[in-house]
Amino acid sequence: MELEINGRRYEYEGDPAQPLLWVLRDEIGLTGTKFGCGIGQCGACTVHVDGVARRSCMTPVRKVAGRSVITIEGLNIDGDHPVQRAWIDEDVSQCGYCQSGQIMAVASLLKRHPSPTDAQIDELHTNLCRCGTYYRIRKAIHRAARYARKES
Amino acid sequence: MAAMVLSRREFLKISVTAAGGVMFGLHGPWLRAGDHAGQLNAFVTIDPDGTTVIGVSQPEMGQGMYSTMSMLVAEELDADWDRVSVRQLPLLLKRDEEGSLAWALVPQGAGGSTSVNDLYIPLREFGARARQQLVLAAASTWEVAVGELVTEPGVVLHPGSGRRAAYGELAAMAAELPPSVEAADLKTPDAFRLIGKEFGPKATREVVTGRATYGIDVRRPGMRYSVIARCPFFGGTVLEFDDTEARKVPGVVAVVEVPGPPADAYYTTMAPGVAVVATSTWAAMKGREALEIRWDPGPFRDETTASLDAACQAALDRGNGQVVRDVGDFDTAIARAARTITRRYRLPYVHHATLEPQNCFAHVREDGCEVIGPMQMPATASRLVAQLTGLDRLAIDVQMTRLGGGFGRRLTADYVAEAVLVSKAIGEPVLVQWTREDDMAHDFLRPGGWHELTAGLDEAGRIVAWRHRVASPSKYYRRPDEEHWQSEIYTDDPPVGLVDNVRYEYFDMTSGAWRGSWRAPAHTANAFTVQSFLDELAQETGRDPLALRLEVLGEPRTLPYSNHGGPEWNPGRLARVLTVAADAAGWGRKLPEGEGLGIAGHFTFGGYAAWVAHVTVAPEGSFRVKRLVGAIDCGLAVNPNGVRDQMEGGACDGLSTALLQELTVEGGRHKETNFHEYKMMRIAAAPPQIDVHIVQSADHPSGAGEPPLPPVAPAVTNAIFAATGKRVRRLPIGDQVKR
Repeated sequence: MELEINGRRYEYEGDPAQPLLWVLRDEIGLTGTKFGCGIGQCGACTVHVDGVARRSCMTPVRKVAGRSVITIEGLNIDGDHPVQRAWIDEDVSQCGYCQSGQIMAVASLLKRHPSPTDAQIDELHTNLCRCGTYYRIRKAIHRAARYARKES
Repeated sequence: MAAMVLSRREFLKISVTAAGGVMFGLHGPWLRAGDHAGQLNAFVTIDPDGTTVIGVSQPEMGQGMYSTMSMLVAEELDADWDRVSVRQLPLLLKRDEEGSLAWALVPQGAGGSTSVNDLYIPLREFGARARQQLVLAAASTWEVAVGELVTEPGVVLHPGSGRRAAYGELAAMAAELPPSVEAADLKTPDAFRLIGKEFGPKATREVVTGRATYGIDVRRPGMRYSVIARCPFFGGTVLEFDDTEARKVPGVVAVVEVPGPPADAYYTTMAPGVAVVATSTWAAMKGREALEIRWDPGPFRDETTASLDAACQAALDRGNGQVVRDVGDFDTAIARAARTITRRYRLPYVHHATLEPQNCFAHVREDGCEVIGPMQMPATASRLVAQLTGLDRLAIDVQMTRLGGGFGRRLTADYVAEAVLVSKAIGEPVLVQWTREDDMAHDFLRPGGWHELTAGLDEAGRIVAWRHRVASPSKYYRRPDEEHWQSEIYTDDPPVGLVDNVRYEYFDMTSGAWRGSWRAPAHTANAFTVQSFLDELAQETGRDPLALRLEVLGEPRTLPYSNHGGPEWNPGRLARVLTVAADAAGWGRKLPEGEGLGIAGHFTFGGYAAWVAHVTVAPEGSFRVKRLVGAIDCGLAVNPNGVRDQMEGGACDGLSTALLQELTVEGGRHKETNFHEYKMMRIAAAPPQIDVHIVQSADHPSGAGEPPLPPVAPAVTNAIFAATGKRVRRLPIGDQVKR
């Protein structure tokens, strides 16, 4: 099957049931997408499939055949996406392990809700952060929304 | 076998080491002076263009080492902070003149909130010596006296002549000069440009772009992937296994039995098991699914959470535990007290649940071994690897990646041992990867148990006697050289020194569960119980909870503290953080129905922290912590942004634990299997407002990683009481507030 990841195309001949997460990490070498739980609970593995946030640990690779996959490495390699800039400016990360998933989830959320309220953030942003950086994540989401509005 | 075939339409090169897999350098270059032209010492390398690379000796697990440690070097170097980048140093050991192993540079590790405290001076000295070399180079070039030169960030200046030279121009020469025989002076605090100031953190861009490297991201040529089926039962063993089907799974290359730990000794591996080695993580997981294993559930097969709860309560009912601290005459004082109050509290087993599951890379060769992974204590890993391989310690190259969370879990090196054993067995490099289910089933839990507190009050309501009984399994259960109570009761903890007659008693409870250090270890349990009990005493005697605390703490003075975080502590500093947090939160003001403020403070590992929680409780009992106001005194706050970060994160970690977290034991094994069962707080329950106040101090800095956490839970449960009249004495809070 043919995969399109961060704008590059790959021919994949392995197990079609293998989760996208492991194809990205072990076979393509894109290790920015993290493994946290394997059951879609934590969100550390969040990527975009056709522009929408998906938990790659629960997505068999066959389901993304012919679709566009964007990982954290493809969001903006220099870290200049509004969400990445907000994450840097608020100094969100502690251990940082969950943050690529957080950023991918928020980038997707802001497409649907360019100015999310706190209540919408509570409802729609469900990624786990074990270090408890939620206070800065919330501030960074609002900041990213401001950056994105300014850019558009 | 799963294979990636490159499309011919693209010319992207892929190998297992490409893209995300960052290659790690061998540590030799850091020890060889002159290997890099601008390397002034192990911590400082300056390129001709002024780019300054500062080595970080401590592992980064979210506690901010990359920023805080590099800044200590940069301060005395007078580096241009904007030109500084950081690099993780590996474990660096040496043999001293007597042939004993010693730290090559500084002690390396992360635990007990010690890094800033221990390295505040040594790292500055490395920076100062590098600066001195740069000044020497300029003095020799310009033929002027060293004393005539000054530095500003990134430049040496000769004010007399107006000459100036950038560090980048001087570094290569400076590295060649013999080191000055004179000790390098350290700055006085009034000259600090970075310490105590707000400055940009380091190494954040690599996190937001996915380039930061954790243990799980290590890729090496020819590397295999392995997952292990471990015996899930406490003290259980492998009876027999059949790997016929597992070996047929495409990609599986080997199946290896991994021995369990020896009884009653420090851990090597955590549990016995069977390792499946494959060409990818997925293949290894599929192979493991095909294994047939029979376990012997071992001696603890009947243990449950309920059985431990019952045993703890029965022990307290019987009374008279092991007296581990006895100040004054408790028996007489309690007999004469006008009033006696006793309460019991319950703490659950708590899991570390680092978001990055355990993993480690190892490559054991005949003549040496390379180990790369997320480790809090690289020297512990090195010692263990030497034990397992028979290799000389200096032939073992231990490199630390970033840690996707530590919280004490990675103080132990059981997962390092596994990687070494598997690599040794197959003769190839291997990354042993735990799944979440593996991690949930095997953890060194924060001990749970029951505490009973008794206070004797005089006619005026003053506390004249205090007894704290702890019935809990010990985390020191596999340390033959230490007393079990030592890990659960810190004998100089207040109210020793504050109340005249104090007795601490321990009841050593049996449990098969693996136990260990969990962020601020026993302080989490003791802060909850002591700070809850003080609140109850205030309520029973009709006093304000803050006023009672301040009365007990009394005047600022120094009291001895022989436990970790000593050698002394000052109740006045604890009173100060309580007062600062209370004032900032508007303590004492009238709140609407269903709202309440709760306060708690604690001295943890050299630091003082207090929180005021503001909760709102709905009529049916659902509640939210709408605001946390905290104050911390960690001496001189070297990196104020980092201290705030630890306070905010500690607030959420403490709240998440108080609200939800309990690891249940059932049938001698862990019941919860993944995050759908072991619940942790998400943003929806996190306080929308967290205010942090840092007490200005010139005292020697202490760590900020652990002190923020212990007072969080009691501040919240005290606030719930203030809002509802409902006293929560058992953690986690769960649905106890629901009506």
